[in-house]
Amino acid sequence: MAKHHVSFTINGDPTEILCETHATLLDVLRDELELTGTKEGCSTGDCGACSVTVDGRLVCSCLMLGVEANGKAIGTVEGLAKGDKLHVLQEKFLEHHALQCGICTPGFLVASKALLEKNPDPTETEVRYWLAGNLCRCTGYDKIVRAVMDAATVMRGA
Amino acid sequence: MQETVKKLTPEPEYKIIGTRPQRPDGVDKVTGRARFGADHNLPGQLTGLVLRSPHPHANIRSIDVSAAMALPGVKAIVTRDDFKDQGSEFVPAGEMLINYRDVVRNVMARERALYEGHAVAAVAALSPSIAKAALKLIKVDYEILPHVLDVDEAMAPGAPILHPGMITAGMDPAPKRESNVAKRVEFALGDVAKGFAAADVIVERHFETKSVHQGYIEPHACLATVAEDGQADIWVSTQGHWIVRAHCARLLGMDISKIRVTATEIGGGFGGKTVVYLEPLALALSRKAGKPVKMTMSRDEVFRATGPTSGAKMRIKIGATKDGRIVACDGELKYLAGAFQGSPVAPGCMCAFAPYDVDHVKIVGYDVVSNRPKVAAYRAPGGPISGYAVESVIDELASKLKLDPIAFRLKNAARQGTKAAYGPKFGPVGLVESLQAAQSHDHWKAPLKVNQGRGIAAGFWFNIGGETTVSIALNEDGTLVLMAGTPDIGGLRASLCMMAAEELGIGMDAIRVTIADTQSLGYNFLTGGSRSTFSSGMGVVEASRSIVKQVCERAAKLWELPTDAIEYVDGSVRPAGANAGKHPPMTLKQVAAMAGKTGGPIVGSSSINAHGAAPSFGVHLCDVEVDPETGRTTIIRYTVIQDAGRAIHPAYVEGQYQGGAVQGIGWALNEEYVYGTDGKLQNAGFLDYRIPVASDLPMIDTVIVEVPNPAHPYGVRGIGETPIVPPMGAIANAITHATGLRFQSLPMSPPKVLAAIDAARAVGDVNFKLKVA
Ligand code: FES
Ligand code: FES
Repeated sequence: MAKHHVSFTINGDPTEILCETHATLLDVLRDELELTGTKEGCSTGDCGACSVTVDGRLVCSCLMLGVEANGKAIGTVEGLAKGDKLHVLQEKFLEHHALQCGICTPGFLVASKALLEKNPDPTETEVRYWLAGNLCRCTGYDKIVRAVMDAATVMRGA
Repeated sequence: MQETVKKLTPEPEYKIIGTRPQRPDGVDKVTGRARFGADHNLPGQLTGLVLRSPHPHANIRSIDVSAAMALPGVKAIVTRDDFKDQGSEFVPAGEMLINYRDVVRNVMARERALYEGHAVAAVAALSPSIAKAALKLIKVDYEILPHVLDVDEAMAPGAPILHPGMITAGMDPAPKRESNVAKRVEFALGDVAKGFAAADVIVERHFETKSVHQGYIEPHACLATVAEDGQADIWVSTQGHWIVRAHCARLLGMDISKIRVTATEIGGGFGGKTVVYLEPLALALSRKAGKPVKMTMSRDEVFRATGPTSGAKMRIKIGATKDGRIVACDGELKYLAGAFQGSPVAPGCMCAFAPYDVDHVKIVGYDVVSNRPKVAAYRAPGGPISGYAVESVIDELASKLKLDPIAFRLKNAARQGTKAAYGPKFGPVGLVESLQAAQSHDHWKAPLKVNQGRGIAAGFWFNIGGETTVSIALNEDGTLVLMAGTPDIGGLRASLCMMAAEELGIGMDAIRVTIADTQSLGYNFLTGGSRSTFSSGMGVVEASRSIVKQVCERAAKLWELPTDAIEYVDGSVRPAGANAGKHPPMTLKQVAAMAGKTGGPIVGSSSINAHGAAPSFGVHLCDVEVDPETGRTTIIRYTVIQDAGRAIHPAYVEGQYQGGAVQGIGWALNEEYVYGTDGKLQNAGFLDYRIPVASDLPMIDTVIVEVPNPAHPYGVRGIGETPIVPPMGAIANAITHATGLRFQSLPMSPPKVLAAIDAARAVGDVNFKLKVA
């Protein structure tokens, strides 16, 4: 089957690929572009490990086709740090020890960033509901929620 | 927020132990740089996929792969014919035992498919779509057999037999008839009849729990390559890469030295990644195809084909005197093993009454096979199941005796010198201290609102040590490389680095910790049994002390002094005693720079079988609110109190407490394998197998109690498993106190609770106490 020519930006960089019709954006990121920071936990939209932003909107990349990314701006975990400067959320996740195994971490970081862009001053309940689509089996979420709340405080102050 | 560390003995002066530094692998894990199982690729790799049985129980008459093999792009197919049969031999895997006769049958069905999802063939092809198409072309001729899922039905006479000729082990005399009961175990102390005769109150109840999955977020994944000369490499997400090596060598008939296994970063395991599934298949495919083969499971496959833990049916009977002394405990546990023997019923029996000091105990367990996936270890395997039942009965007894549930437990708590029913006498343990901490915690005294209830439960886990190798090399600039062999699932590198830095009197920054592959370090048993900080930590201390010794020897040589005239303080050597001040101190860096001239490289290593692992007791407090109209239970407040021996990095200890408690909350309230009468799993995905999400939960408070383990240089106990033992009991007891009703089956999901509420209303149950607003 013919492949489709698709162009988009990833973390600001212009990117072109040839994409099979059935390939998901997650497949494109991980297999074509070797951006393996975005994880696959289920491929059915239930775990959030594959969270990315598409034109600023939080999306499960396993639920979107690669061809649908044409002309869009994609944001992944690899785009959070600028040079050797970590994003505040990354710093806070480390400071609060908000990860154990770390497989869910990229998804939580991308989802939390999307939250704080929309709602810079969320309550604990708002954080918990926003992140309800991201599964973590290790931490019980306690330290993740603390890290996000703390990052929000710092980002509001900055 | 309440995160407290209770120091019960005067604290030695540590600089690093007990602090909360950032983990050495942290940046890689927040930037996406860390490479997990599915993140490894090789040029020219093939995609491997598995064909799985759609039937829960069927004879496999024949497998025809010719059409699939003829599909362009298909490079190799393996079936049962590619694996040599194995004799019966038990080997340890974590706290459980496995049998190679069964392992070879579980990775690839032989005579029969024994559960829906059982692997029947595997294909390696140029792309995932070709591999998928090839699976459809494989023709398997099944003769469908009747299946059995329920433990009582599997034990009943006339049940479909999974393994013809299986005779129950552990019975005297041995039964004459084959059955699905693989094994009977019994642990006893004293004389229970005599014990119950002295009881004023006896409570006897029956309980049921369902199969639940570990639910690690990362599906199983591996990449294998076998060269023409037979040398092989595997990259795999596993809790034990030496174990993977051993199993693969055995199943493929290869020398151990031919297989190098690299443990990738691992996205959760909880016991479920202590066994092999894909690895032998990927190796066999790669050997046949002459190319690297990458295999990853889908979430659906993870649920259908990898180990959940047992569902169980249990009977628990406990008797006590009026003044609150437990006089006898009796129990019968029937655990589902899945398709092959090896349920954690023995540890379930051993844990059941372990928190209590009782003279007369008897517990009998049955290991029962059925047409479900073979169980794998899941955090404190077996313990949470029996613990739930026992803690429910303890709570009911306390209510009947009108005793405070903490006071009742304190009166009977196991302590130093208590003889456990399973054999040993406990050394210093922290159950009494944990119960006291619960009693004085403000959670215990906080007021409750209408439709709310509070529950408490205790829990126990053994913990293990085991074979361990660690090596530390002093680099020429005075920095160090530390190699350990237990995969880092939740911050191990941090705690090992901290122990080395403490011993060597240097900053953590100077030490880089690597989880070495099987070719770069001596043997290591797996990360399991809560052993990694304990055992690899012991190794780190021994290796660090060897570095210190060698550094002193080098200085002695240089200064022409006897070695015992040298002391090592805060990362420097200096002459001591009568020679003090004779030479200026030399830093580790200076000694390292001169290593070549003073005798060569300085490497400290430790190869041990770590003994002295000590049990950890925990106590959980939980407040729930039950909605009388929907039956939904909400966790309002939760506190975990547990003896850690000593917390090397308290934040990761808290993380274990919190994560274990939340897995337990899922087990108590929602999680279960749901089967149709057709023997097929109906909820093989995270949408229908619902694990707790952030919005289901409150913050999880923690109290780290520290009763040091005398056998470890820093007092460490294993801590990762105990936290999943008490939650189901604590929550069941809380729901009872909220509703006035007792629940004897898990999960206590909304439909079940609502049905009980409706029934209580219908009969006008006087105990029922929920109020509709
Ligand atoms: S992989 Fe996309 S939601 Fe799980
Ligand atoms: S840290 Fe392991 S799944 Fe979240």
